[in-house]
Amino acid sequence: MAQRVKRGPDSKGRFGPYGGQYVPETVMYALAELEMSYRKLKKDKSFLAELRGYLSDYVGRPSPLYFAERFTAYLKGPKVYFKREDLNHTGAHKINNTVGQILLAKHMGKKRIIAETGAGQHGLATATVCARFGMECIIYMGAVDIKRQASNVEKMKLLGAKVVTVESGSKTLKDATSQAMRDWVTNIRSTFYIIGSVVGPHPYPMLVRDFQSIIGKETKRQCQKKFRRLPDAIIACVGGGSNAIGIFDSFINEKSVKLIGVEAAGHGLNSGQHAATLSKGKPGVLHGSYSYLVYDNDGQIILPHSISAGLDYPGVGPEHSALSDTGQVKYFSATDKQALAAFELVSKLEGIIPALETSHALAYLIAHKKEFKARQNVVVCLSGRGDKDMPIFFEKEKA
Amino acid sequence: MNRIRTYLNQIKKQKLLIPFITAGYPDSSTTLNLIKAAIDSGCDMIEIGFPFSDPLADGAEVQFSSYHALKNGMTLARTLRIAEQVRKTSDVPLILMGYYNPVLSYGENQFMKDATAAGVDGLIIPDLPVSEASDYMRNAIKHDISTIFLAAPTTDKNSLKQIDKSCSDFVYAVTVTGVTGGGKVFGRDTDNYLKELGQALNKKFVAGFGISSPETARRFCKYSDGVVIGSKLISLIRSAKSKSQGVRDAARFLSSVRRAI
Repeated sequence: MAQRVKRGPDSKGRFGPYGGQYVPETVMYALAELEMSYRKLKKDKSFLAELRGYLSDYVGRPSPLYFAERFTAYLKGPKVYFKREDLNHTGAHKINNTVGQILLAKHMGKKRIIAETGAGQHGLATATVCARFGMECIIYMGAVDIKRQASNVEKMKLLGAKVVTVESGSKTLKDATSQAMRDWVTNIRSTFYIIGSVVGPHPYPMLVRDFQSIIGKETKRQCQKKFRRLPDAIIACVGGGSNAIGIFDSFINEKSVKLIGVEAAGHGLNSGQHAATLSKGKPGVLHGSYSYLVYDNDGQIILPHSISAGLDYPGVGPEHSALSDTGQVKYFSATDKQALAAFELVSKLEGIIPALETSHALAYLIAHKKEFKARQNVVVCLSGRGDKDMPIFFEKEKA
Repeated sequence: MNRIRTYLNQIKKQKLLIPFITAGYPDSSTTLNLIKAAIDSGCDMIEIGFPFSDPLADGAEVQFSSYHALKNGMTLARTLRIAEQVRKTSDVPLILMGYYNPVLSYGENQFMKDATAAGVDGLIIPDLPVSEASDYMRNAIKHDISTIFLAAPTTDKNSLKQIDKSCSDFVYAVTVTGVTGGGKVFGRDTDNYLKELGQALNKKFVAGFGISSPETARRFCKYSDGVVIGSKLISLIRSAKSKSQGVRDAARFLSSVRRAI
């Protein structure tokens, strides 16, 4: 067993220099209350048993580790395995976190739930658990995303959630998050804010990571069973970075495992239209934490661009910023075009339609296959299914 | 000495009227006219907002003015030029208010230095709570900038003590949980909260967020040392037929508040 190095966050909610609590004073007490409840429940056997129960019987965990035989043959590179988060209930990794947070909300006696969403997967996962636990649910979603992810909007409505259209700024995830925070500041006493990624003020990056870490724990076990050793590399897409942190978590201190995060390069890293925060950004403060961010010389946030709504965000989780600085995880990017090609290729080769977000991780592997040897095992976190993205794909194909 | 401190020592019992004016909305020259009109209407200090792309503690009005100011090319550096202009003709205490990222991007120490040189006296950063502000406070002390932190109805006793200590001259009390802007209904709990705050704090404090009439201003001045009015001014300018009419409407409103408190 490798020595376990002390992991963040520290007592001030920092991962190295990143993280913290940059929020209006009104919110501070709610963060303290949340952290206290979480630290208590994390050690509570009955809470953990309840969480495990929902993860197995409601979410459908463990998700399989699948050998992608035809994709492997196509690449003529390493053996590729998919960690099938797309097979979870609601079709993505997002529900691992919402199940955890709704149980927290229940234990804290909160009855009103709010969330932001980009691709709609987190909104859907939140609406789902709210329906299951009979809680009021309000989802903030940018007008642009409502249009490009219509099927998820319909699902959320069917589940009883109120979907609020956000018309400000870029009308995407960034502005949906700002609007959710404004709601939270206003209704702070009654409302639990289920943040969907490892972003936001402390303790969110920690608790979302902890709830998503089940992905890595299972992967480690499954690799032992399938090929009797650790994988040589793990690849995951990074927007805020929750599926990536979730699968990396168990491997961060395993020096032999190469961890690769793939951001959205949009129209290209030098096009000015991308969401490649770690590649092109610098540290700054947005939505409650200090982390890499894309902003101009005056400190104004630059509108990001990605074909994938889930990656279309100018920031990234603070732990990713720390992991990037230390080099424990290497971050790269894939363009819209590369992601669309991977989306189609994997659909046709494996009969699995990956989310456009996930397609960025697949695109990286396609572009870099020569860097791997045939005897190596590579795990791709197949973070979500791509049904929601089919209209975008066919529209692009026509164009 | 810092103009805020000097002024507070002078006035003794007078209640403070502080308008919030977004730099660059509707444009830079109107901002200057507005500040001048506010001084003439009897305002005690001026709060100049430097715009940010993602003002998450603000309601619709400040979101609107910030958006337009940025579209007009307003920046943090240009906001300092506006402060400099005001300083040429007035000794009114000037407070800048805005979000942390532009300050961070400018460089905290350099910004404080340039702000003092431009005649700025105080700073309010709504997304920088006391617990994250140790470097910031060191820089502020070094450059004689008065730090003004927010207290909220949800702030606990210990944090309130910290806020009281960390504010150089006065505390900014948020009236209710929520973002800036009108449409708020203030219940008895707001009066009680402000009353208790007066007992708990050693420093003076002003109340802000959602104060949009002379009556409400007067009501809150019973417990506080003054009020901040922002969104109401933006909505007056927004609905006026011309920019100059907007300035006149805002000035008339501020005069009516001055008389009321």
